[in-house]
Amino acid sequence: MTDRRAAAAALGRDPFEGTLLYRYVVLVLVATVVLVPIVATALGGFKDLGELRVNPFGLPQVWRVENYLDILRQGRYWQMMGNSLIIATFSMLLTLVLGSMAAFVFAHLRFWGDRQLLNYFLIGLLFPAATAILPLFIKVRDLGLLDTHLGVILPVTAFQLGVSILLFRNFFRQLPLELLDAALMDGCTYPQFFRRITLPLSLPILATVGTITFVQSWNNYILPLIMLNSDAKYPWPLGIMVYQGEYSTDWHLVLAFITLTILPTILLFFAAQRYIVAGLTAGAVKG
Amino acid sequence: MPTLMQRLRAAWNGLGGTLPTVLLFLPPALLVFTIFVVLPVGEAAWYSLFRWDGFGRPTDFVGLRNYTDLFASRVFGIALKNNVLIIVVSLLVQLPLALAMALILAERIPGAPAFRMIFFLPYILAEIAAGLIWRFVYDGDYGLIASIAQFFGATAPHVLADPQYAEAAILSVIVWKYFGFHMMLYIAGLQAIDSDLYAAARVDGATRWQVLWRIKLPLLKPTLKLSVFFAILGSFQLFDLVMPMTRGGPSDSTQTMVSFLYSHGITRTRIGFGSAIGVVLFLLCVLFAVFYKRKVMRDD
Repeated sequence: MTDRRAAAAALGRDPFEGTLLYRYVVLVLVATVVLVPIVATALGGFKDLGELRVNPFGLPQVWRVENYLDILRQGRYWQMMGNSLIIATFSMLLTLVLGSMAAFVFAHLRFWGDRQLLNYFLIGLLFPAATAILPLFIKVRDLGLLDTHLGVILPVTAFQLGVSILLFRNFFRQLPLELLDAALMDGCTYPQFFRRITLPLSLPILATVGTITFVQSWNNYILPLIMLNSDAKYPWPLGIMVYQGEYSTDWHLVLAFITLTILPTILLFFAAQRYIVAGLTAGAVKG
Repeated sequence: MPTLMQRLRAAWNGLGGTLPTVLLFLPPALLVFTIFVVLPVGEAAWYSLFRWDGFGRPTDFVGLRNYTDLFASRVFGIALKNNVLIIVVSLLVQLPLALAMALILAERIPGAPAFRMIFFLPYILAEIAAGLIWRFVYDGDYGLIASIAQFFGATAPHVLADPQYAEAAILSVIVWKYFGFHMMLYIAGLQAIDSDLYAAARVDGATRWQVLWRIKLPLLKPTLKLSVFFAILGSFQLFDLVMPMTRGGPSDSTQTMVSFLYSHGITRTRIGFGSAIGVVLFLLCVLFAVFYKRKVMRDD
């Protein structure tokens, strides 16, 4: 700080110094546009319909907490959040296990066709699940997994494997090779090395890949939309669309419902923002 | 020095270890990936040659009829045009906005971390939730747009129900939702620039403008290329955001390729026709990705 000030003083006045104020004006403007819809949604959940019509922006005159409490007392909110939790948790665990094992092979072992096999997995990065969604539907149906959570978990995992293997492999290759040499010298096998040394040293990348996968499947809409058809199994993105369809004119209830469904995401984001930002941008940067 | 015995054992483990490990570690991922990603793409190409409602086996072979129908379809034209429009807006509005915010927030000014978090917030919201929130904002009776219009004494347009405005409304939400992600990429790229370069530039009396054009942007080029890549590839996939806002309507004016696939392939169980859309989408994505990696990102 003092260096910079000294340098600035030595050079005379920085001609752009005065723009700091303008920069804050721009930042506040953009932040307002970003936040107003979200805040208005949360506040709207406390209003009644009549007030929403005349006062969609402002604080509610009377805070109608019962909008929120009614939803929390109903089973459907908890049911759909529970479904999402099941799908996201198992997709995450499966991706972590399958992805890290495959990546370990690609990071440390040389065998015939290893390069081609890695590229085979990486094609998955290039196109969205939607391209093959109809054959995927037929496949899941023929496997008897239609309308089961597993029928969503397996495709979600499959589509996350490409990026996960890439991230895991890059990380595993950065671990000191001397460790592997020494361990092999001591008679340690590859699976033992993977379990006792690679995985314990890989917590940051496990967290990163876990975050990406969890968020992806927590927010996923198209796969459960195609694979599930009973309300009781719907994760929240489907459940909220059904709710919106039923209460389409009761915006105050829909807004309260939206707020409650995004609340866990927002709380998690503020609690672990460093991690989440790193995780979600790492998936992109290294892709 | 390892003894001869240890060397032999290491060699044995090296030999005996590789193949069993490959056979133990690789097949689970390979199986799941092949069944749920690779095979469906191949099957889409096969099914796209049939007229098929999904029951029994496909037998009604129609050759390339699904493709000729597709390219003759008015709605497919709209969907394609909208996808191009999304790319254009991403490149001309979203990325410059992201870059501007990143240039401000990559520096240590008070409040920068808070602004960064706020701008990233829409990105972590699910598309479905974001779409519903904006459906409320755009609502002609209750929304924010409605009350702004009333404030000026005008009748509020039902933005999402009007083919004239609906696509523009969706495009603005796309900018709102995704600019924070690109901003974070740029901030990471900017912060990776060696600060000695700035110090040297200052000593040489460079203005901020020169620092921007001669140091920051050239060094940010790999990040910019990557972010353009994601913006374009992501544009092809847009679906979740459209569904809660318009479902592709009014009168198909906001269809994207994927929402078209959904509404004309899946909900009408036209497996062959829907697969043809999927194949076209697949080819677009892969050809773009290969071209971009070969031509544009060659030097990185």
